[in-house]
Amino acid sequence: MAFFFDVTRGARLLSPGLGRSLRPSWADAVALLLLAALAVLAVHGVMRMRVPLAVLEARPMSLDLARLPFYALLTTLRMFAALAVSLLFTFVVGTLAARSRRAAALIVPALDILQSVPVLGFLSFTVSFFMGWFPGSQLGVECAAVFAIFTSQAWNMTFSFYQSLRTVPADLDEVARQFGFSRRQRFLRLDLPFAMPGLIWNTMMSMSGGWFFVVASEAITVGDTTVALPGIGSWLAQAIAQEDLRAIGWAVLAMAVVILLYDQLVFRPVVTWADKFRVELTAASSRPRSWVYALIRRTQWLRLPFALIGRVLQWLAEVGPRPAPRAPAVERPPGVLSRWLWRGAVAAVCGWAVWLLADFAVTHLSVAQVGQVLWLGCLTLLRVTVLLVLASLLWVPVGVWVGMRPAWAQRVQPVAQFLAAFPANVLFPFAVMAIVGWHLDPEVWLSPLMVLGTQWYILFNVIAGASAIPADLKEAAQVFGLRGWQRWRRLILPAILPFYVTGALTAAGGSWNASIVAESISWGQRHLQATGLGAYIAQATEQGDTVAVALGVIVMSVFVLGFTHLLWRPLYRVAERRFRVA
Amino acid sequence: MTAITSPALIDVRGLRHVYGKGEGSHRLVLDGVDLRLPAGEIVGLLGRSGSGKSTLLRSIAGLIAPSGGAIARADDTRVAMVFQSFALFPWLTVLENVETGLQARHVPVRERRRRALQAIDLIGLDGFENAYPKELSGGMRQRVGLARALVVDPDVLLLDEPFSALDVLTAETLRSDLLDLWADGRMPIQAMLMVTHNIEEAVLMCDRLLVFSSNPGRVMAELRIALPRPRDRHDPAFRALVEDIYVRMTQPAPARPAAPASAAAGLAGVLAPVSTNAMAGLLETLAAAPYEGKADLPQLAAALHYEADELFPVAETLQHLRFAELGDGDLRLLAAGRRYVQAGVDQRKQLFAQHLQSYVPLAAHIRRVLDDRAAHQAPARRFRDELEDHMSPGYAEQTLQAVVQWGRYAELYAYDEEAERFSLDDPA
Repeated sequence: MAFFFDVTRGARLLSPGLGRSLRPSWADAVALLLLAALAVLAVHGVMRMRVPLAVLEARPMSLDLARLPFYALLTTLRMFAALAVSLLFTFVVGTLAARSRRAAALIVPALDILQSVPVLGFLSFTVSFFMGWFPGSQLGVECAAVFAIFTSQAWNMTFSFYQSLRTVPADLDEVARQFGFSRRQRFLRLDLPFAMPGLIWNTMMSMSGGWFFVVASEAITVGDTTVALPGIGSWLAQAIAQEDLRAIGWAVLAMAVVILLYDQLVFRPVVTWADKFRVELTAASSRPRSWVYALIRRTQWLRLPFALIGRVLQWLAEVGPRPAPRAPAVERPPGVLSRWLWRGAVAAVCGWAVWLLADFAVTHLSVAQVGQVLWLGCLTLLRVTVLLVLASLLWVPVGVWVGMRPAWAQRVQPVAQFLAAFPANVLFPFAVMAIVGWHLDPEVWLSPLMVLGTQWYILFNVIAGASAIPADLKEAAQVFGLRGWQRWRRLILPAILPFYVTGALTAAGGSWNASIVAESISWGQRHLQATGLGAYIAQATEQGDTVAVALGVIVMSVFVLGFTHLLWRPLYRVAERRFRVA
Repeated sequence: MTAITSPALIDVRGLRHVYGKGEGSHRLVLDGVDLRLPAGEIVGLLGRSGSGKSTLLRSIAGLIAPSGGAIARADDTRVAMVFQSFALFPWLTVLENVETGLQARHVPVRERRRRALQAIDLIGLDGFENAYPKELSGGMRQRVGLARALVVDPDVLLLDEPFSALDVLTAETLRSDLLDLWADGRMPIQAMLMVTHNIEEAVLMCDRLLVFSSNPGRVMAELRIALPRPRDRHDPAFRALVEDIYVRMTQPAPARPAAPASAAAGLAGVLAPVSTNAMAGLLETLAAAPYEGKADLPQLAAALHYEADELFPVAETLQHLRFAELGDGDLRLLAAGRRYVQAGVDQRKQLFAQHLQSYVPLAAHIRRVLDDRAAHQAPARRFRDELEDHMSPGYAEQTLQAVVQWGRYAELYAYDEEAERFSLDDPA
C-alpha cells in the first residue's frame, strides 16, 4: 500500500502526520483502547443475535441488573443498523428524486405522507413479512425490529438530502459541468459534501426519534405469542409488567448513559469534522468542538484508517475510463406522447387505489365507526393544541431569557437538546404511579405526557432564535426606550417567530406520535386510558384488529398532514418572509 | 453544430439564443452574433447587463446549448473558465481545488500534484496549499480560480467578469499579474475571451473589443485596440478610446422593430430600480459648479468615485424621465431638471409625479387602472403578468420594483407589500 507511507518531498499536502515519524503517542493508546472496546462489544452483540428463535422463547427476559449494559448494547446496535439502512435509502431515493422530475413528483409527496404516519402503524403490518425471511431464527425478528426503527428515521433524512441536492449553488454546478465531471464524480465530489451538514443534523434528529419506539419495536407480536428481543425496550416492558420501579430507574440511567456516549463518541466528532462542508464563506464565530475529534487528530496511527477511507472514496471517484466530453445536459421537456402516457399511468394507479380503498371501506367499516374515529381524532387534537399552547407559554419566556444571555445559552442548549433526544416514555410509569396514587382523572392528567418529550424542541429553538437577535436591534430598542410588553411585541416575538414555528412544528408532529403511547399506559395489571385517537390505535394494535389499526393510522395521518399544510407551512412562510432578520 | 474549418481557435457564426421554455412568450437574448477568436489575442465582450454576453460565454464553454447558429472549435480546442463568484468548493483546500479539473480527467496522483503545485507557484499562491477558501480573501480566491483553470492546459481561457467582485486595488493587482503572465508567455493558453462591464478594464486588457447592445444582444461595434502594452490609463489615446466607447454605448438605441401594437405597447421596457435619492443627487451635482449643467460622463464618474459604467443606470433613468439628456458621451441637464434642482421637497415630488406619468407608461397605466376601479385597488400580480408577456420573470420583478419605488416617492399610488396590492389609499 504505497500511499500510507508516501513521503514525497515537498508534498506538504498529505494530511499532516502521515509524512512525519510514526511513533505512537499517548493519544494513540487512549483512542485505540476505546476503539478496541467498542469493536469487541459490537462483535459480541452481533453474535448474540444469531441465536435460533427457540432459544429466545425458552430464556425469558430477566431483570437482572448485570445484564442491563448488555441489553443497552444490543438496542444501540439495532439503532445503528437501522441508521445504516436509512442512509442507504436516503442516498438512493434522494438522488433519484433530485435527478428526475417525474420521480420527484411521486417521491416527495410520498415522503411527506410517510413522515406524518405514526411509526407504530407500520409495525403491525410488516412483522410477518420479515419473519418469513429467516424462519425460526431470531434474525427475522431482529430484521422486523430494525425495520421498525428505520421507519422512524428515514423520511426526514431523505427529505433533507433531496433539498440539499436541489439547492446546490449554481456556480459550483457550472464548475462541475465545465470540467466534465461524470455522474459518479459529481455525486461524490459535489452533491454529497454539500449535503453533509443537513444530512448529519437530520441523522442526529432521527436517532433521537428512534429511541421513542424502542419499547414497541422490541416486543414483537407474532400470532399469539409475543417475542421479546433482548434489549432495553424489552427490559422496560418487563419492568412495567412486574411493577418494578427500581428496574425502570436503572433503565432510565442506562439510556441516559448510552445517549451521552454515542453523542460524545460518534456524533460530536462527526459534526466537528463536517464543519468544513458549510458553505458560508466566512469563518464562523462559534465552531463545534469535540474532544474525541481532537484526540483522533492528534494520534499518529489512528488517523490512517480514516485517511484510508478518504483514499477509497477518491479512488471510487476516479476509477474507470476517462469520460468522453459530453454536450451540455439540457433538460428537454418530455414529448407530448410520453407526457400523456405518464398521466394515463398515474391516473390508472390512482383509480385502482381509490377502488381498493372504497372496497376496504365498504366491506370492513361502518359509518358509525369512521365517525367515532374522527371524533377521537378531534379529542386528541384538542389535547395536543392545548398542551402546546401551555408549553409555549411556559418555555418561550424561559427560552428568551436564556437566549439573551450567551453564558447561560451555552450551558442550557446542550441540556435542552439532550432532553429532546431522551425518550420521555420511559418516565411514564412514574406518572402513572402518581395518577393512580392521587386518584387523578386520567383524561386530563395523561395529556401532559404527550408533550413531555417534545416541549424541549420549542425551548431550544427559541433559545437559538433569541441568541440570533442582532445586537444593533437590541441597542436601538434600548436607546428608544422600548420596555416590557412593547419590547416583546415589537422586537422579541417577531425576531423569534421563524425559530418558534420550526420548534412548534416539530413538537406538534412528535406529540401526535407520542399520543399513541401516552393515551394508553399500563402499569403491571393496571391500565390507564384516556379517550383519544392514540388510545384507539394502541388498543387496536394490542388486540390485533388490523382494520381498526389501519383506520386509526389513516385518520391520524390525515390530521397531521392537514395541519402541516394548512397551518404550519403557511405560518412558516409568513414567518420567513416577514420576520427573518438576516 | 456544423464543423467549419478555420484557422481561428473558436468561430461563432450567427449565434441565437432565446429565453423561454416550451410554449409561451420568448425573449431574444442573443441575436445573430458572430465572433472569431484567433490565437494570440485577448478579446473582450463589453456590454450592459441584459446584453447576453454571459450567455455567449457559457455557450462557448459548453454550459448552455444555444437555440441557433454554430460554434466551431479548431481541432479539439480545450477551454477553461474563471467565474465571477470564484466558485471554489468550500470543503477542499486550495491544492485540492486546483486539482479539480485534473481529477475529473483521471490524471494520476503524482502528475496531478506536480502540475497543481506548478500552477499554484505560477499564480503566486505558494504557502497557501493547505488553506481552505473561507480563510482566503477575495483576491486570493480568484487566484485559486485562475490556477484551477490554467492547470488543465486549456487553449482558450474564458473569464466571466473575473474582477468585478473584487475591490479596486485587488482587481488592479490581479489584472496586471494576469497581463504579465500573458506577455511573458508563461501560461499555456493561446487566447483569452473576457466578459466585462467595466469600460476601462476592457481597454486596459483587450486587443479586440466587441461592444454589445442590450435587448436583444447584438454586436453593436467591434474595435481593435492597438495601444502598446503596458497601457497607461492617463495616456491621451487611452482616454480618447474610453470616451469613444462611452459615446457608442450612450447612443440612443435604434428604433425597435415593430412591437406588438397592443394596449401593452410601451410597457415592454425594462426599468432599473434606481433610487430617487441617487437621481436627485446626480441632478444636483450636475447643476452645480463646475459642470453647470453639462458634464463629460467619465470625468463626472471619476469625480464622484464611481466606476464609469456605474453611472449609466442613473443617467439613463434621468434621460427616460426627461430630466437630463445623454449624448456624445456627455450628460446634459434639461430645463425640467433645472427646475427640479431649484424646487423644494413638495414641488420636487409634484414635478417628479408629472414626469413619471408622462414618460413611464407603466406608471401611468397603473394609475389609470386604479382610477377606473371602484375600490381603487389592484393586485400587483396583474401587472406582473402583463410584464412577463414581454420579459423574463426576473426582469418583470425588477421593473415592478422600480415603478413601485418611484410611484411611492411621487405619491402617485400606494403599495402594500404583504398583500402585494396597489391602491390609492393614504398609507397612514
